[in-house]
Amino acid sequence: MSLPPELVQELRRLTAVAHPREAAVDVMYALQRHYGYLCDEAVHYAAGALGMTPLELESLATFYDYIYRRPVGRYVIHVCDSVVCWMFHQDSIFDHLCRTLGVPPGGTTDDGLFTVLPAACIGNCHNAPTMLINGRFYDRLTPGRIEAILAELREGAEEPARCK
Amino acid sequence: MQIDTPQVLFKNRHLGRPATFDEYRAGGGYEALMASVGKRAPDALLQIVLASDLRGRGGAGFPAGRKWQGIPAGYAGPRYVVVNTDEMEPGTFKDRVLVNADPHLVIEGIILCAYAVSATEGICFIRPSYESDAVLLEREAQVARDHGLLGKNILGTDFSFDLHVHRSAGRYICGEATAQIRAISGVRPNPRKGGPRTSVKGLWDCPTIVNNLETLANLPGIIQNGPDWFKSLARSATGAGTKLYSVSGRVARPGCFELPIGATLREIIFEHAGGMQPGRTFKAVLPGGASTAYLPQSLLDLEMDFDPMRKAGQRLGTASLMVFDQDTCLVGATLSLIEFFARESCGWCTPCREGIPYVRELLRRIEGGQGTEDDLAMLRDMIPVLQRAYCAFAPGAAEPVIGLLTHFEDEVRRHIAERRCPFGNPPPAMRGKACGTRPIRFGPTPCPEDQCPI
Repeated sequence: MSLPPELVQELRRLTAVAHPREAAVDVMYALQRHYGYLCDEAVHYAAGALGMTPLELESLATFYDYIYRRPVGRYVIHVCDSVVCWMFHQDSIFDHLCRTLGVPPGGTTDDGLFTVLPAACIGNCHNAPTMLINGRFYDRLTPGRIEAILAELREGAEEPARCK
Repeated sequence: MQIDTPQVLFKNRHLGRPATFDEYRAGGGYEALMASVGKRAPDALLQIVLASDLRGRGGAGFPAGRKWQGIPAGYAGPRYVVVNTDEMEPGTFKDRVLVNADPHLVIEGIILCAYAVSATEGICFIRPSYESDAVLLEREAQVARDHGLLGKNILGTDFSFDLHVHRSAGRYICGEATAQIRAISGVRPNPRKGGPRTSVKGLWDCPTIVNNLETLANLPGIIQNGPDWFKSLARSATGAGTKLYSVSGRVARPGCFELPIGATLREIIFEHAGGMQPGRTFKAVLPGGASTAYLPQSLLDLEMDFDPMRKAGQRLGTASLMVFDQDTCLVGATLSLIEFFARESCGWCTPCREGIPYVRELLRRIEGGQGTEDDLAMLRDMIPVLQRAYCAFAPGAAEPVIGLLTHFEDEVRRHIAERRCPFGNPPPAMRGKACGTRPIRFGPTPCPEDQCPI
């Protein structure tokens, strides 16, 4: 499958700098936006564009937690489980989401909409408990609020950000 | 929001939105830059910063001026400024609030630093959950560029400096200076052990100054008003300037407050953050993020500044107060912190990669009611092991354990004696946090191994 010309052009622009390797994360994000996740094909393409070996690129792709090496849903729900949020929910929000959506942690719903992942502190502690979806914070979560958020996302036609 | 102490970094926060270029200019913004670039030698700026005692706000508290002095004299070639906006320390959100209040204050600070160290390029390293900050800084940097304050020949002089944003893809370790430089270089971000300082050999092997964003945001004020003014802002005897304190946890008004450095824990928690939530009683506070020790009620009169905290055997860290109440199990909280450290460890050196999961195992046993006196002794023995790691990550992970054993040993012993968590927490699941969630209110979640992407 060949990439759309706009994406090829964007990748050229990203790597046309003094140190192309600096663009590694940006290139991975761009390909991830296109494919939905960083598939093997994307890893090879990115490595070629950056002048790295696929193995070098893989060592980056598997290191970062906002680069997805396996298929994910349209919306990836990063649930903060660091200590401040833990104080408020003791991991039960994570359980609640998995149960509501009927997926194991890291799994994707059958309609391809949601993936639930745990996340390290996302820097929104004064609004704990909190989660990050599509680059947006959702604050002071309660089971009711989570219902509303999921319903809103199901209805919405917003393009997923894929973490830019 | 209380405003009876000088608001220097947050002077434009009352707007409730990012201050525009014109609003920042109207409040005396970019005056320091205009009075410096082309009018003062870079070394004069360095001397002012040295005299002001400005210390790094990212956690280590290293004097900013001394860091800049580390660049080899007469070095010819590119020099870089890396602005550390990774801010992954749990409990910390000051840089996000600061960027969203006054982006041009940050940009002016970065340019002043670049001028003082004769850097040509600046890189703002931003974590993925702060994407809106990245967009904001890119937009406002363009505004500064349009006004001739960034880019080639700033203000018509021969000083050229440009700033761009580097988006990260997560991981706590990227906040460590040498790891951050490797991350920008497109290499797996393990911290570097030993070797020359980053100010000698950093990004692309060139001298690189890595400073926290809040540190640099202090520069316009220092250059404009002088070192004596800056020192007079502090409340503690040896401190200088104001500090952004992030307060979260069981307090009535969690948030970020700009206060004179050296304000006491008691003042921050009980005056500015409104005390405890109704019906909650204070038990402990982590004063500076996850890499600091729990402090009990008896230590609440400590001054929150680098030297007083160090004298008391504590660390200021990022000055992010996380407040725990009497109903929260501190063994469970420490386990949550250690889960975080175990997951975020880059795995490069053995004490961290192997030691932290072992501490996690011991804490799980104790929290699950299976703990013995031997486990407690082993927990104590593990602390010096963690402290032998390459970087500050594992020693930081040891801090909450030290705090737990120093001030709350009784609570740990109650877990052992009663053979259960006295706060009624169920035993932790044993298959790792991502896969073994805890059946608290909603029941466990099945996790087939082959579907787990972690």
